Amino acid sequence: MNDQLAKYAAKLADAGLCAPGEPLLAALDAELSFNHAGDPRQSLAVEVLLGLGASALLLAEPIGACQATMYALAREALEQGEAAVIPGDCETRTFLHDLPVVNGLDTALILQALRRRKGCIILHQGRALMAAAGSVSPEQTFVTASSMAFACFVAYFAKHLRDARAGQITSARRAEFAAIRALLDADMARLPQTAPELLSGPFANADQARAAMIQAGRAVVEHGLVDSSFGNVSCRQSTTGGELLLISQTGSALDELGGVIDPCRMDGTSCVGLTASSELTAHKAIYDGGPAKTILHGHPRFAVILSMDCEKLDCPGLGNCHRACATPRAVNGDPGGLHIPIVPGEVGTGPFGLCNTLPPALTSGGGQRGVIVYGHGLFTTGAVDFRDAFATLLEVERFCRDEYFRRVAGLDQQNDAG
Amino acid sequence: MTGQLFGWTGRYLRVDLSTGASENLPLPEDIRQTFLGGRGLGGFFLRDFATLPCDHPDMPLIIASGPLTGTNSPASSRCHIMSRSPLTGAIGDASVGGRLGLELKHAGYDALVVTGQANTPCGIEIDDHEVRFTDATNLTGLPTPDVFAKLRAHRPTGCIATTGPAAENGCRFASIMVDTYHSAARCGLGLVAGLKNLKYIAVRGTGATQVADPAGLAAAVEDIERLANASPALMGQHGFARYGTGSLYDLMDSRRMMPTDNFARTHFPPAPGINAYAYAQRYHPVRRGCPGCLVQCKGLSGDGRPLPEYEAMSHFTALIGNEMIELAMRATDFCACLGLDPVSAASTLACHRERTGEDYGPDRVLALLLGMATSQGPEAELGRELGQGAASYAASHGRPDLAMSVKGLDLPAYDPRGAYGLALSYAVSTQGGSHLRANPLSHEVLRKPVATDRFSFSGKARSIKSAEDMLAAADSLPICRHLLLAASLEEYAKAFAAVTGLPATAGDLLLAGERICMQERLLNAQNGFTAKDDDLPQRFFTESGSGAPDLPVPPIPRQDFLAARAAYYRIRGLDLNGLPTRDTVQRLGLPWPKQWERA
Repeated sequence: MNDQLAKYAAKLADAGLCAPGEPLLAALDAELSFNHAGDPRQSLAVEVLLGLGASALLLAEPIGACQATMYALAREALEQGEAAVIPGDCETRTFLHDLPVVNGLDTALILQALRRRKGCIILHQGRALMAAAGSVSPEQTFVTASSMAFACFVAYFAKHLRDARAGQITSARRAEFAAIRALLDADMARLPQTAPELLSGPFANADQARAAMIQAGRAVVEHGLVDSSFGNVSCRQSTTGGELLLISQTGSALDELGGVIDPCRMDGTSCVGLTASSELTAHKAIYDGGPAKTILHGHPRFAVILSMDCEKLDCPGLGNCHRACATPRAVNGDPGGLHIPIVPGEVGTGPFGLCNTLPPALTSGGGQRGVIVYGHGLFTTGAVDFRDAFATLLEVERFCRDEYFRRVAGLDQQNDAG
Repeated sequence: MTGQLFGWTGRYLRVDLSTGASENLPLPEDIRQTFLGGRGLGGFFLRDFATLPCDHPDMPLIIASGPLTGTNSPASSRCHIMSRSPLTGAIGDASVGGRLGLELKHAGYDALVVTGQANTPCGIEIDDHEVRFTDATNLTGLPTPDVFAKLRAHRPTGCIATTGPAAENGCRFASIMVDTYHSAARCGLGLVAGLKNLKYIAVRGTGATQVADPAGLAAAVEDIERLANASPALMGQHGFARYGTGSLYDLMDSRRMMPTDNFARTHFPPAPGINAYAYAQRYHPVRRGCPGCLVQCKGLSGDGRPLPEYEAMSHFTALIGNEMIELAMRATDFCACLGLDPVSAASTLACHRERTGEDYGPDRVLALLLGMATSQGPEAELGRELGQGAASYAASHGRPDLAMSVKGLDLPAYDPRGAYGLALSYAVSTQGGSHLRANPLSHEVLRKPVATDRFSFSGKARSIKSAEDMLAAADSLPICRHLLLAASLEEYAKAFAAVTGLPATAGDLLLAGERICMQERLLNAQNGFTAKDDDLPQRFFTESGSGAPDLPVPPIPRQDFLAARAAYYRIRGLDLNGLPTRDTVQRLGLPWPKQWERA
């Protein structure tokens, strides 16, 4: 168990969410263990862990823009008498619902929050601290914590743009925003100008395709284009036994795909892919409907944030944008350049599932490079291998980041003038 | 305050078949909140009678719904049936779908407690607060579809639950069939009814479950359904909604966890050709399921036969060495018609096959099933012997090691050598050989909420305990365990609070679940169950499974298993012999058994 504690503490640091060595992870089976000794938070962790009867607990302080955005949202929630931050991104809506806020390192209040939700934000001495519990494994705490950090980042920037459109940005808010923006350099350093070298296709066999998937998945994580265990990757591959749709398993970390790629038969004659990604249905429809050979799905932050930006502030469909927006929307670059449709859709296969909206958008007109699903993430396709799919992922995120700040600046000017 | 009760009806019906009396009794608030309903309430009603023999007139057969039954909460139309198992001697229970829980609730009852013994086969008919006893002599010996057809002629609506011939003939793994296609299959609960001369129960209710906060419930339902739709196992391309639990067939074989030849092997080479897809191609099933469930996991063939659930599909092929898909269909249909638990029926066949070395043809399998249930036909004598269960059969032939069971309950179709949390959960289950008490397959195979190392005991003792608590609460609300592959008590606590008006968190429900588990441990302990019963058949510690070059399936390390079980005992608050300690029992607010007090 100790190796797992160390692993997930390191992954938080590797993702740039926490300082190396800072996260405290605890595991409780019959005995208690920690990822490191001498942490003054250990007694609190023990009380919480025993109080919950959980298997694992994490206490970690986010850094940089994640700290600033989480703190700002949690403080605002408390000031407004709210018990929780309610981000609007897809993963939070689906899996976390809301993020309870606890004022101070109060064991009873933390227990109360974690009996209700998988994770909570603790405000203590002017900083935000994440607490997360798991019933079966320390991995759960890592997934929850990194999801919380992602959710708050997206929620903060999306809210700022929405408030800017409504002319509700005070000078104090603008100053806070400028300070947070200055913290983004570290994140941007992970986003290169050019895509890394990836294996070239076509792949001769399923083993080669798997190797390319593992490499591409790792690159998506290393470049900060997805957090925790979200995102998925697939490849359509002919084999002597028939055509396969190789796809990452549900809940798999894209930087650890070895051994967790399901070989789903394109002809549907086997259910061995029962553990495949929840987006298998969408991936299959994309392959069935177009020429794509590979699909990459990440959660690049500014692509997600921009997908939630809408000029129609009084739209009657507000509140259902994530699943039923009827307005054709897109991220557009220069005329004739980048064009990435934005579609609504929830995770999976329900009546509002993205399996109904994503494939038609991605296969229209002979096949699109990429599509953003509202508040969720970006799906890109490759014609032969993952090189073009990854390049699109990178290009769209860089564009969306620049476009976001262009829009904020424009609105600021507009509001100043008004 | 209006005094209106939300969620529960606050009443239960006690029926005495010996006297023909029935009483509509209050269910006190503290009992409701302490045990919730379903499985928890079943344990409460059972606990004062748990040491009686199964055929004692005072032994209750309990059918309990729960606070969520009859609401829009997804997959909550179920109920729990409980008594002492005639197969195992431990507590016996089953969660069952169909309309039984729903109609009982709408009739105004949180539970039905049946005691006594009728002189002749009888039925109980409940229409709201009207209770009638009927002569069911003319229904005995009939296959269950005929019983349903005859009863439906004068009761076209409402729920009908009936036993089959197996319950009338002393088969220890007789089931109770509900609304034709649903079954309370495990633990021999049908025989408990049979011993009471109770042939059927028909319930029709016109009431409604009152919900304290409809908007809050709608929000909770939205959260739960969103999670269900995001679940590959439930709603995905290969999920239960498309292929039923038969989806698991390919997966279990590929993971080298498919019990083959009475668990002597864990891989069945013909499996890819007789998988869920093959059933779909051959039988063109229509999907069916419980009211209010979006998964609709059951399948009916074009000729009206139920498609086998995964366990029956696997055990009637790999476990008994059968490669014929139609035989698995017919065997499943036989079990439904005769009122047999298909898992125990197939396990007993597999045990006999290994002991004798006899390979089965289709006629032989069906004749033996008929013999188990009716003591009639060409295999009446052997069938009657097999109808006492694999453990009894194997022991009587001096080969107890050939019974692949825990506490006498035959193991379902998941080999424990392929998942060590599963191994531990089989061993410590209060019911015996069932994966449903903790369902570690959720994380060890299906990767929810996250994947865990299936070949390791690390962390499993506590996660099994926590999952047992969670599922005990789930069985008591009650909700279908399948939904917990997607949602959790976090979401259902919100539904519970909205329905009942009682503030509750997942933590509160887990505490109730812990109490329910401990109550069952207490009941078993009073019947002499100890650590020696919390164990697996020796085969799993000494023989390898059928591994692949990149996937070895070694025997379960015995010492690691014992260490994990000891850790589980500590975490659960049991002593070294697996018995509840007084401190734990007190902490959970349960009464210390009187017989132990005297001792």
